[in-house]
Amino acid sequence: MDGAAHSDSAQMPTAHFTAKLAIWWLIGSEIMIFGGLIGSFILFRLARPQWAEMAHHLSVPIGSFNTLILLTSSYTMVRAFVSSGRRDRTATCWNLLVTALLGLTFLCVKGYEYAGKFSHGYYPNAGLFWAFYFTMTGLHALHVLIGIIAILILFVFGLRDRLWPIASRVEFTGLYWHFVDVVWIFLFPLLYLTS
Amino acid sequence: MTNDPHGPQKFIWKYILSTDHKMIAKQYLLTGLVMALVGAFTAYLMRWQLGYPNTNAPGWGLVTPDKFNMLVTMHGTIMVFFVGMPLLVAALSNFVIPLQIGARDMAFPRLNMLSYWIFVLSCVALLASFFVPGGAPAGGWTGYPPLSASEQYTGVHWGMVLWITALALEFASFTMGGINYLATFMCLRVPGMTYFRVPMATWFLIGASLAFFFSVGPLIAGAVMLLLDNVAGTGFYIPAQGGEPLLWQHLFWFFGHPEVYVIFLPAVGCVLEILPVFSRKPIFGYRAIVWSMGAALALSYIVWAHHMFISGMNPRLATPFSITTILISVPFAVIIFCMLASLRQGSIRLDTPMLWGLGFLATFLIGGLTGIFLGSASADIYLHDTYFVVAHFHYTFFPSVFFGGFAGIYFWYPKLFGRRYNETLGKIHFWMTFIFFNATFWPIFRVGAGGMLRRIADPTQYRILDQFKEMNSMISVAAFILILGQVPFVWNFFWSMFRGPAADANPWRAGTLEWLAPSPPPHGNWGPGLPTVYVGPYEYSRPDMADDFVPQYRPVGVLGGPAGQA
Repeated sequence: MDGAAHSDSAQMPTAHFTAKLAIWWLIGSEIMIFGGLIGSFILFRLARPQWAEMAHHLSVPIGSFNTLILLTSSYTMVRAFVSSGRRDRTATCWNLLVTALLGLTFLCVKGYEYAGKFSHGYYPNAGLFWAFYFTMTGLHALHVLIGIIAILILFVFGLRDRLWPIASRVEFTGLYWHFVDVVWIFLFPLLYLTS
Repeated sequence: MTNDPHGPQKFIWKYILSTDHKMIAKQYLLTGLVMALVGAFTAYLMRWQLGYPNTNAPGWGLVTPDKFNMLVTMHGTIMVFFVGMPLLVAALSNFVIPLQIGARDMAFPRLNMLSYWIFVLSCVALLASFFVPGGAPAGGWTGYPPLSASEQYTGVHWGMVLWITALALEFASFTMGGINYLATFMCLRVPGMTYFRVPMATWFLIGASLAFFFSVGPLIAGAVMLLLDNVAGTGFYIPAQGGEPLLWQHLFWFFGHPEVYVIFLPAVGCVLEILPVFSRKPIFGYRAIVWSMGAALALSYIVWAHHMFISGMNPRLATPFSITTILISVPFAVIIFCMLASLRQGSIRLDTPMLWGLGFLATFLIGGLTGIFLGSASADIYLHDTYFVVAHFHYTFFPSVFFGGFAGIYFWYPKLFGRRYNETLGKIHFWMTFIFFNATFWPIFRVGAGGMLRRIADPTQYRILDQFKEMNSMISVAAFILILGQVPFVWNFFWSMFRGPAADANPWRAGTLEWLAPSPPPHGNWGPGLPTVYVGPYEYSRPDMADDFVPQYRPVGVLGGPAGQA
């Protein structure tokens, strides 16, 4: 249906280009959302050197591990994109599955971290640093979750051999997944490494 | 597809779950008008209380102070977010952009439908807040914390949560819409429709979407924090927990000022579309107008703190923000002067859309000029939070939403419904609105300069306001007549939809592409082949042509060469 409008003229951009553009606009709006949150945090953080004390409670090894997991998942996502370009269905599905599992691992580790914080009484209402910590990582985790769902849907399509009519969706989902990754690259040093 | 554009359509696919951009535009239009009725009712109740304090308002009862706070909050929220946005941004963008650039529909028709239904959900969430325990939100339409962050100040908890939810849904809806409008604009222009042949209305609607798109993100982040303050016990905005109420003000106005242009730009676009048609002249300074809009957009992101001169922010910020505020009046002055120059020596026809367009110019000018008082920090310190501000922003919002919006509705009415509205009723509607709008809001400048504060429920409590007792009653009467003045419109709108004389494809003899399609345009707009564009949008009264206008879709041969430069 999306393609119908352009079939009238060869001079107009393809449906693939239009959809990709839309994903970039979406990422633009997401940058503004996270930008607002991260910017607010930075301004608060600069005015409150005592927050270094609280950042100390965050585990740098666990955070680093999670960073590694997420970066690896971006790599497998790129592998999925390359494989889908080669129309290699098996490799695409495998890479999508590994990406989703890595994403789930990230969420599990995040959940483990949350549980540890709760057990020490650090709830979102335990002070502004923790409010920011849970809001920023929580909003990010929500985006990871949405990404995982999207990737799993593509995986199921791939298994049922419906991947090729929608192969470009692997690319779009990949763009989004890398964006979610980049957000974490900002969150990790700001929250964990400023102690 | 179930909604096959060529076969007969079931009611639900044609009118409810439609993916046709024109039907979605009508859905937004109708929803916005219904919300405007709710907004008008809140205005009536507030004006009753201010004009005749502590008497029973007919049809409601006594407006108590806590109810007054809710009415103030809901009036602002509804009129800005649930009337201005759907009417000017969503309805117009949906209807006008695809038709003017020659597209068959939006780039993503199903996303378009989804964004409308999310908007409906958002309206329901907002209106539901009237009926939950504690009542509607009462912290002002700007939702300033700590009033909005903690139940203890207003006694409202669920209303506030619903308010934030409604805004979140609305922002999601308009972000989807914005992506759709921008992708449509960038990818679906027909051959020949270069960026500098795009009609003004489309340019300004795209400008509005851009303004919204890049300003709303931080407020979404801010709204998440406000929601958590309300439901999870965080203290982002609560000083007692180390939070800063000012953070919300910054995030809100970083969005809030561009939001003014989100509503203002489409109105300017409509009027710019109407002026050349009804004065039979090319628009003056097409490129200057487009570039001015771009400059204004860029500046709109760095003026926000002029809403916060007395907020307690660092006073050293006041001067830079005063300067950017004065600067932003320059591109808008360019646009207004281009509008006036477009009228000069034209063959002006005072049909209803033109009346609304000129009415917009006259009234908005007052809003713009009084903005200069408020934009300079020194004057603002005295005038802030008085009715002077109320009059100022009603002189900007009302002309945008209603004068600009009605200009657009009357102008495109034949295209929307395939029928002509009644011209006499349209003119009665205009003069009622024009006269009583000014009769309502002009005195409010006086009342505000005399020291009457915004949002007070009972002016009789203040001795200094005793002098304004009669004036307040007079304002209220004018406001009631202003609301009654909309009855001719409602009648005209619905009666003409079914009984008006049939309209031909191009009743105004205008040159832009939407007037090529039949009235109303069928699903897919153009029949078998897309139109091709050969000239700019406003080729009126060209000396080398016998006819007084050249539509964009007509090849004009060798002489037409430079015409595309508009």
